[in-house]
Amino acid sequence: MGKVLMKGNEAMALAAIKGGCDAFYGYPITPQNELPEYLSKHMPLQGKVFVQAESEVAAINMVYGAAGAGARVLTSSSSPGIALKQEGISYMAGSELPGVIINVMRGGPGLGGIQPSQADYNQITRGGGNGDYHVLSFAPESLQETVNIVKESFSLADYYRNPVMIAVDGLIGQMMEPVELDQEINEKVSPEKTWAANGESAKRGKINKIVSLSLDPYELEKHNLKLQKKYHEMIANEQRYESILTADAEIIIVAYGTMARIARTAIKSLREEGIKAGMIRPISIWPFPSRAFKNLPTTVKTLLAVEMSLGQMRQDVVLSINGQLPVEFYGRAGGVVPEASEIIDKVKSIIGGHKNEN
Amino acid sequence: MRNIEEKVIVAGFGGQGVMLMGQILSYTATEEGLNTVWIPSYGPETRGGTANCSVIISSEMINSPVVPVPNTIIAMNKPSLEKFEPKLTPGGTALVNSDLIKDYTFRDDIIVYSVPCNAMALSLGNLKVANMIMLGAYLESTHLFEVQAIEKTFNKLFVGDKAKLITLNKNALSAGIEVVKKQRI
Amino acid sequence: MKTKRVYEPTKGLTERALSYCPGCTHGIIHKLVAEVLEEQGLLGETIGVASVGCSVMNYEFFNCDMQQAPHGRAPAVATGIKRVKPDKTVFTYQGDGDLASIGMAEVVHSAHRSENITVIFVNNAIYGMTGGQMAPTTLIGQKTSTSPEGRNQLTTGLPIRVSEMLATIPGATYLERVSVHDPKHVRLAKKAIQKAFDVQTKKQGFSMIEFISTCPVNWGMTPTDSLAWAVDSMIPYYPLGVYKDATKPGDDDA
Ligand SMILES: Cc1ncc(C[n+]2csc(CCOP(=O)(O)OP(=O)(O)O)c2C)c(N)n1
Ligand code: SF4
Repeated sequence: MGKVLMKGNEAMALAAIKGGCDAFYGYPITPQNELPEYLSKHMPLQGKVFVQAESEVAAINMVYGAAGAGARVLTSSSSPGIALKQEGISYMAGSELPGVIINVMRGGPGLGGIQPSQADYNQITRGGGNGDYHVLSFAPESLQETVNIVKESFSLADYYRNPVMIAVDGLIGQMMEPVELDQEINEKVSPEKTWAANGESAKRGKINKIVSLSLDPYELEKHNLKLQKKYHEMIANEQRYESILTADAEIIIVAYGTMARIARTAIKSLREEGIKAGMIRPISIWPFPSRAFKNLPTTVKTLLAVEMSLGQMRQDVVLSINGQLPVEFYGRAGGVVPEASEIIDKVKSIIGGHKNEN
Repeated sequence: MRNIEEKVIVAGFGGQGVMLMGQILSYTATEEGLNTVWIPSYGPETRGGTANCSVIISSEMINSPVVPVPNTIIAMNKPSLEKFEPKLTPGGTALVNSDLIKDYTFRDDIIVYSVPCNAMALSLGNLKVANMIMLGAYLESTHLFEVQAIEKTFNKLFVGDKAKLITLNKNALSAGIEVVKKQRI
Repeated sequence: MKTKRVYEPTKGLTERALSYCPGCTHGIIHKLVAEVLEEQGLLGETIGVASVGCSVMNYEFFNCDMQQAPHGRAPAVATGIKRVKPDKTVFTYQGDGDLASIGMAEVVHSAHRSENITVIFVNNAIYGMTGGQMAPTTLIGQKTSTSPEGRNQLTTGLPIRVSEMLATIPGATYLERVSVHDPKHVRLAKKAIQKAFDVQTKKQGFSMIEFISTCPVNWGMTPTDSLAWAVDSMIPYYPLGVYKDATKPGDDDA
């Protein structure tokens, strides 16, 4: 199959089917509606499950249930809906259940708006639910990257027995771009789900229980430490990023998702004007690719975090660079998508500032 | 390979088929092996009100998918023209539905083609093909694709019940091409 | 020549143009609620709660204090308000997705507590705002963007009859289902709203008026066909009438 032109939300839906998704549970919300709409038609055709839940709270608990029974499960939503799902996500992390959550982000807080945003960064990477847990989270920039990650996410979730979130902004959900759905991807081998409470205890010869309750604090601590070990494994193995023109850069922009694509345009113009700008593009946002910030060339004077939110990711950049370089910020909020020219102006004002200091 | 970098905004009332116009360009670009991004305006503001989409078609990898400064605008009504004409790049092209846009003072640094696409569509027997007339006008003004390439996209998109619309749409496309040819001196 | 003013727009609505699609009956329902609030002299002491749906922006339309609630939570928000302002009039305005899907718990519990609020419930058998997905009230066989082959009872259950269900709750005081498809029914609907706010003013407890409403855009019909569909398809499944009246006899003359 060659490249086909597809809408982001539909491409993600098809990618999920190709990734082996057995069941989808969701609740309507803009700007991700085409995803469940596509699945409402195509999942039943494949003998797979599609349920429109009565709410996001119900949807994520359906995911929790189906994942506990060993299925490959998907839900999708947008920011306020993801907020409602945090309880279920915490339960899934606590009971080590795999599952994929697609978040097509829009502006907040509260009901906010429906235009593209990245303001869920903290909600995603800091965990909106209770407890010491993390969700393996990716924020791709193009439809092709999105489709590949959606496909891969099911095996990642299975491998780590952890929820995986794919966070795209509303633009990626709404736009059409040519994609190749059958590109080779590196899939982790999914271990057999011997832990699943799938009603086969007779065959299995032992009882399986899916629980996150633990009244003995020492036991619960032990469980938490086990989870931490897994998160450290993710930190070691799943940091994903792209370094673009950093080798000689004097300023490095840090941006992800659609924002990174816009930054690419800015960097191209800046380079044409002789300003050596580069970019670190996080692809995983949890774990944050701190590794990308180690051993930066000495030419780099400043980092510039650019977001469709107001400094949420910047905090991770600050933590990663650990005081060695200043971290400037440019962002727009509420669903406003910055133009490349705004980034260019910001870079120039920073570079101009340096010149003045000299 | 041709060096192409086209950024177009198509805008009009909901129901004028502006989204489809943009999609046909992106479908055709995909078939031609070009890079393309189509972005719609979305949400309740499109309900009964204005709708628009932006399309980028490029022989290079497309970085920013958004179009703050289009090379071309296709305005199917006056509010759309008022909104997007100021953004048009100097030297850019505006294709306007002259049946709904009268008494407008255009910028003097752009090329304007006036296409009476509503009246033309009615004379073809179906107001709905006004968009395809505009698409024809766009093709002739940019020479982005061969007519046949767009017709191939028609054949792919209009299937089943809609297959009977292909001839009408092809006629609309040619009508649009002719209008612009005549306006070229 | 002397002119006599025979009609003027209700003061219950602001000057803002309504944002509904042509032919959508949300607008009529707004007008009726606004007229009743004005006529009963309640406008200046009413707090409305807007929900999430096509009517989300009605805090711009109703000419009284308004608070916008998270999706489905309007009855809880209204409860919060009413408990600290028991002498004020408090109403919610909710769609069927908002009330009968994500907000089912809130409305059921508000009724159980006999919360002294009025719920304006707009049942158009679909999710309007988000582009026509299946609602809990979608009729069997009805095509929506998430029931592309028509709603199937085997996989999605039967449409929920909210008024009938709430009628089983002891705390619910007044429940009526009305329609606004023709002038006669519009008049009857207005009477129902008057009754509901009366119940609240007399501190008699939970009242809800359910409206059969249209969504021409997502039903894919003309406005007139939509009205006909509401009459021919919706009303047979959702019969009009009073489902509960636990006001004490004689109260009306008080
Ligand atoms: C937590 C949350 N989930 C989902 C949504 C998206 N949403 C907005 S309106 C709506 C449903 C509207 O349908 P309905 O209540 O029937 O009202 P109508 O638009 O038909 O008047 C939904 C699901 C949201 N805003 N917040
Ligand atoms: S989408 Fe439907 S319910 Fe919403 S305003 Fe339009 S017609 Fe009314």
